[in-house]
Amino acid sequence: MSALLEVEDLEVHYGRPGAPGTVKAVDGVTFNVERGRTLGLVGESGCGKSTTGYAILQLIRPTAGRVLFNGTDLCRLDKRALRRLRRKVQIIFQDAHAALNPRMPIGDLVGEALDIHGLFRGAARARRISELLDMVGLAGHLIERYPHELSGGQAQRVAICRALAVEPELIVCDEPVSALDVSIQAQIVNLLQDLQERLGLTYIFISHDLSIVRHVSDDVAVMYLGKIVEFAGKEEIYAAPAHPYTKSLMSAVPVPDPDIEAQRQRIILNGDLPNPADPPSGCRFRTRCPEAIAECAKVDPLQQPLARGHWAKCIRLAEGT
Amino acid sequence: MPLLSVRNLQTRFATDRGTVHAVNGVSFDLEEGEILGLVGESGSGKSVTALSIMRLVPEPPGKITADAMMLEGIDLMRLDESAVRSLRGSRMAMIFQDPMRSLNPVLTIGRQITEVLRRHRKVDGAEARKRAIDLLETVGIPMAEKRLAAYPHQFSGGMRQRVMIAIALSCNPRLLIADEATTALDVTIQAQIIDLVKRLTRERGTSVIWISHDLGVVAGLCDRVNVMYAGAVVESGPIRELFRRPSHGYTLGLLGSTPRVDGTGARRLTPIEGMPPNLIDPDPLCPFLPRCRVSVEACRAGPPLPREVGTDHWAACLADLAS
Repeated sequence: MSALLEVEDLEVHYGRPGAPGTVKAVDGVTFNVERGRTLGLVGESGCGKSTTGYAILQLIRPTAGRVLFNGTDLCRLDKRALRRLRRKVQIIFQDAHAALNPRMPIGDLVGEALDIHGLFRGAARARRISELLDMVGLAGHLIERYPHELSGGQAQRVAICRALAVEPELIVCDEPVSALDVSIQAQIVNLLQDLQERLGLTYIFISHDLSIVRHVSDDVAVMYLGKIVEFAGKEEIYAAPAHPYTKSLMSAVPVPDPDIEAQRQRIILNGDLPNPADPPSGCRFRTRCPEAIAECAKVDPLQQPLARGHWAKCIRLAEGT
Repeated sequence: MPLLSVRNLQTRFATDRGTVHAVNGVSFDLEEGEILGLVGESGSGKSVTALSIMRLVPEPPGKITADAMMLEGIDLMRLDESAVRSLRGSRMAMIFQDPMRSLNPVLTIGRQITEVLRRHRKVDGAEARKRAIDLLETVGIPMAEKRLAAYPHQFSGGMRQRVMIAIALSCNPRLLIADEATTALDVTIQAQIIDLVKRLTRERGTSVIWISHDLGVVAGLCDRVNVMYAGAVVESGPIRELFRRPSHGYTLGLLGSTPRVDGTGARRLTPIEGMPPNLIDPDPLCPFLPRCRVSVEACRAGPPLPREVGTDHWAACLADLAS
């Protein structure tokens, strides 16, 4: 199977190259996503997961690397070519209310997406809009409403609707349910899963919530300070996390079951995320890592293959092999 | 005698569109050293319940009534503002979701901790400073003495929440209310803060009301949980008992909506359909009825009264969930 999206050595650096204080928000990120699948991108605030998403769409121009979408390198496209291609690559954000123009009624918000790409003109336009609203489970009468009249869940449905309007192949979902109540969260998650099945969509699902990522993803990439530290199929990474960061992250997520909680061993990390403008030498996680050794300060760990489709960047994983 | 006893608490707000019934007859007891979870979604009345206990609801437009609201034998409803002020910070304290908004950005951390001590404990500057250093160390802030001169913006979110906890615990309150205190934090930092709250409250015997929308956090931390919906407690029970035998349609709905990191949940989530109820004209019937998957004929006949479903475990639900 060929990958729909291939991201190679993607870098987003802020500041003059080589100058002190350069923030390497994304620093050599490589992964593939196959058509019809979901890649979960997880990590904590500031790890670069959203920046990676924006860089894929060229909303932030990467400073290096390639983003191959169906074989075309998005980083090399000019503005016009990029705009044409954006039809195929869409994004939805955490705060749908902020993403929707408050002065446009819902029908126009969806219609705008069609107009930009010259799709469905004339009588077909209105039909298409109501078809799209129906697809995301919004009642037809909302067409004349304004965003402020919608609940958070409804606003997110409109945002999804706008993304779908242009018939994309890939949607970057940036924390799409994080601001919603759990019951509404479940509605949106189910909607995204249904749409994926029906339309054959490919998702990059960016989230800090490991429970949701497990629920929606096929593959999972864990990021820390601009780098992917572990990558694996969903079952594999949740059953056998290898990188010390992944392990502590998983152990920190609470489970809604008091019996399990009472017996869980938490790996409590020390301290906070280091300053991204001055990251630790060697492995960036070493300052908080419970398994760090002196060597970790010296070498930037390489991908250590662990199983088919599973790798982690930790020099300690090479011990004993 | 329980530390805190709340009976028939009602909090309403007068708005242009009508009276909002934010809290509708909440009753519960909180024992000495107990950690009670208040769980529910936005608008369920968790925060307003807490603010009402702290008497932090502005009146007007708010209006608090209760048959009783006793903290260590003191009737909170009968106190005037200055009497309540002397309790806040000394006998009861509260921490919020966003510590940046609770801390004064133009005052040093040290000043903000010592302020509480000087006000309630009447200690002098040097003594307050010494205690502030102790407190910062207790909540796990390294180089505490140096950090007293720092401003809130120089701290990370997790550190700011530690400072808030230090301030809240500075006068050794008997009651600590935490309102979504770890919601804005990353999971690894959340784990640190929960660990800290558990340790400190155990050591000091503090009673805690822990407000959260996260069933996982509550399952790991609390002794008991009250599930709230539409301003009312709809189910209440000891933590294990309630998770083993959820007995209200809404509790079931919440659990069905929650994905699990251990992967033991259903392959597909079962969302609660529809939207939260209107609190302006509350329906006399069960407020969850329009969204309930397990409703029975009787639900349409009259409001559900709380009934015992297990040891110390009750639910205001007419559906027979045991079968």
